[in-house]
Amino acid sequence: MKVIVGLASCGIAAGAEQTRQALAARLPKDVPLYITGCIGMCYREPLVEVRGDDGHRRLYGGMTADRVERFVSEVVQGRGEIDEWLVWTDDGRGSEAKFLASQVRIVLRNCGYIDPERIEDYLAVGGYQALKKVLDQNDPEALIQTMIDSGLRGRGGAGFPTGLKWRFARSSPGANKYVICNADEGDPGAFMDRSVLESDPHSVLEGMAICGHAIGASHGYIYVRAEYPLAVKRLRIAVAQAEEKGFLGDKVMGRDFSFHVQLKEGAGAFVCGEETALIASIEGRRGMPRIRPPFPAVKGVWDSPTNINNVETFANVPWIVQNGAAAFARYGTEKSKGTKVFAASGKIVRGGLIEVPMGISIRDIVFKVCGGIKDGRQFKAVQMGGPSGGCIPAELGHTVIDYESLTKTGAIMGSGGLVVMDDATCMVGVARFFLDFTQRESCGKCTFCRIGTKRMLEILTRITEGKGKEGDIELLQELADRVKNTSLCGLGQTAPNPVLTTLKYFRSEYEAHIANRKCPARQCKPLVTYSINEKCTGCLLCKVRCPAKAITGERKQRHVINQDLCTRCGECYKVCRYGAVDRD
Amino acid sequence: MNERMNFKYLTYEGQEGRLIPLLQKVQAEDGYLSREGLLRIHEETGVPLSQIYGVATFYAQFRFTPVGKHTVKVCHGTACHVNGAEDISQAIREEIGAGHGETTADGLFSVEKVACLGCCSLAPCIMVDETTHGKLTPTLVRKVLRGYAPSQKEETP
Repeated sequence: MKVIVGLASCGIAAGAEQTRQALAARLPKDVPLYITGCIGMCYREPLVEVRGDDGHRRLYGGMTADRVERFVSEVVQGRGEIDEWLVWTDDGRGSEAKFLASQVRIVLRNCGYIDPERIEDYLAVGGYQALKKVLDQNDPEALIQTMIDSGLRGRGGAGFPTGLKWRFARSSPGANKYVICNADEGDPGAFMDRSVLESDPHSVLEGMAICGHAIGASHGYIYVRAEYPLAVKRLRIAVAQAEEKGFLGDKVMGRDFSFHVQLKEGAGAFVCGEETALIASIEGRRGMPRIRPPFPAVKGVWDSPTNINNVETFANVPWIVQNGAAAFARYGTEKSKGTKVFAASGKIVRGGLIEVPMGISIRDIVFKVCGGIKDGRQFKAVQMGGPSGGCIPAELGHTVIDYESLTKTGAIMGSGGLVVMDDATCMVGVARFFLDFTQRESCGKCTFCRIGTKRMLEILTRITEGKGKEGDIELLQELADRVKNTSLCGLGQTAPNPVLTTLKYFRSEYEAHIANRKCPARQCKPLVTYSINEKCTGCLLCKVRCPAKAITGERKQRHVINQDLCTRCGECYKVCRYGAVDRD
Repeated sequence: MNERMNFKYLTYEGQEGRLIPLLQKVQAEDGYLSREGLLRIHEETGVPLSQIYGVATFYAQFRFTPVGKHTVKVCHGTACHVNGAEDISQAIREEIGAGHGETTADGLFSVEKVACLGCCSLAPCIMVDETTHGKLTPTLVRKVLRGYAPSQKEETP
């Protein structure tokens, strides 16, 4: 038997490091303690797995350090089980069995299973065998054809066929060619790539090396967000281990193929997720996009042919090589094959990292995989694709996950951010939120993206403050069209999407803000007032909790909120046990 | 942080390719980018100071003023936004008197608004130095910040 603690960022934030220390102190000497990455159940972190000598797996959730003593005595020493903490077992038991049941794990195949800091673990699950296979075959054309046949498309969001991209880079003349892994995952609400890098870094390195062999490149860069310190650390370890074992570096596995990988840490610029801006950043310049063509496949980093794919795309590659194009293409729809990883968050019961086959409906993701909406509220919309994407309303919940179907709604597949919203979410506020983001992140090169987004943000801000004017909606629409059509790169071309989709599906909310000065979701603070009704028992709780000291009243007497002092934080509304605080 | 400053491929990366890693190194050592720090990079690489400044100001990671003892990063990612990040920011402002991009008068805290810490299932969350605190409420975040106050630190053995 061995015990394994999930130590990815989410787990650590939930206290997994303390759990690991407590386990290290208490576990009997003959029970080894290992770490692993993210299994995806962020909502039940910290997670501790017990793996029997027969390979049988049991996963316990909510394992904060205070649970360790009972865990060690009952599960490890007593060889028993603690049913109320059991979340998943490989024979289908546990409270969260459903979460994993409807998933198909290709990209996340090793996440939460292997120790990301031990290459031996990766090798034990067949790691670097795909690289060995392509080097044995030594037929880059056939390899590219396999990628094309698999139907794999770029998982960064745009969905360009990966095999075709490789073919372009291969056929471009040039002595030096490069492979870049785009790990500049900048969408707020998205953490798929971080989890893969933290949990299974070698699969990404292997994917890059295979790509290097396919296009004839001997150098690769991983451009990773500096905000991901753990991912950077584990990647460094992985690169060093792979070099030591001869899977990276000169003469990979003794063959006539060299592939060096270097890490480049980003410096906090969302626009660097765009490929030409990313290249500028690697070259040490301001990360501003340039006109394409020439595409990076022809003229990329250091003016050499370059192939850029994102983390998830590369993580698919070794699996496809090992299992064949047909096995991959078995999943999905006509034009979108395989699986997609989503970072599901927002107002859902089970938030975390999920991998689902293409073709599953949005409704199934929300209700079957993620357990539906928190606190019994109503499902209102999902936001997909981050600041470049859009909001898909609950009525279109039957829409399936497929590049074309999602684009039809006005949203996009995007890189995998999936934020679920309930009826207490203000859609104007959501649109404002995303525009605030893109407006700040615009690099400033294109006029409409630089100034147009600013004007749009001002309009949205005044709408949410109850100062909207007649004609604002039309003005927003006009500006949105201009920004979309006159921007050079994806940031500007897609920045208006959150506004356009919310206008399309939730126009009445905009109208309520402007015409009635009301926020239907009761979220826009300047449009909300709190007051205390006759149900008040004078319990003093709201008075004590009010951070602005805006509530007055004696014990057992009805309290009163001073509207001038009230900061509309809603704390009184949340703490009242008698429904005595009205929010309007 | 960037221990490998002598890149293997320096020949074709040139001096400019080193610029961002060097800026990151100086900031990691000094806490911010001072004029002296930028001059050091200029002397080492020969890249014009104007260009170094141009690159440094482009990226959000780089600061040009010293920061407080603790850095409080308030996540305003999508999940945090829909789970009340604004209320958290407001509570922080009320508790320590510093808003986004500001440092408290006593130099104890610097507050930053960040796009996403990637702990969406723990929303709303903040990161104080390297520690993430999740599932916050305005009351809880006040408690977290009080834990970093110097008087409390001295009390704990």
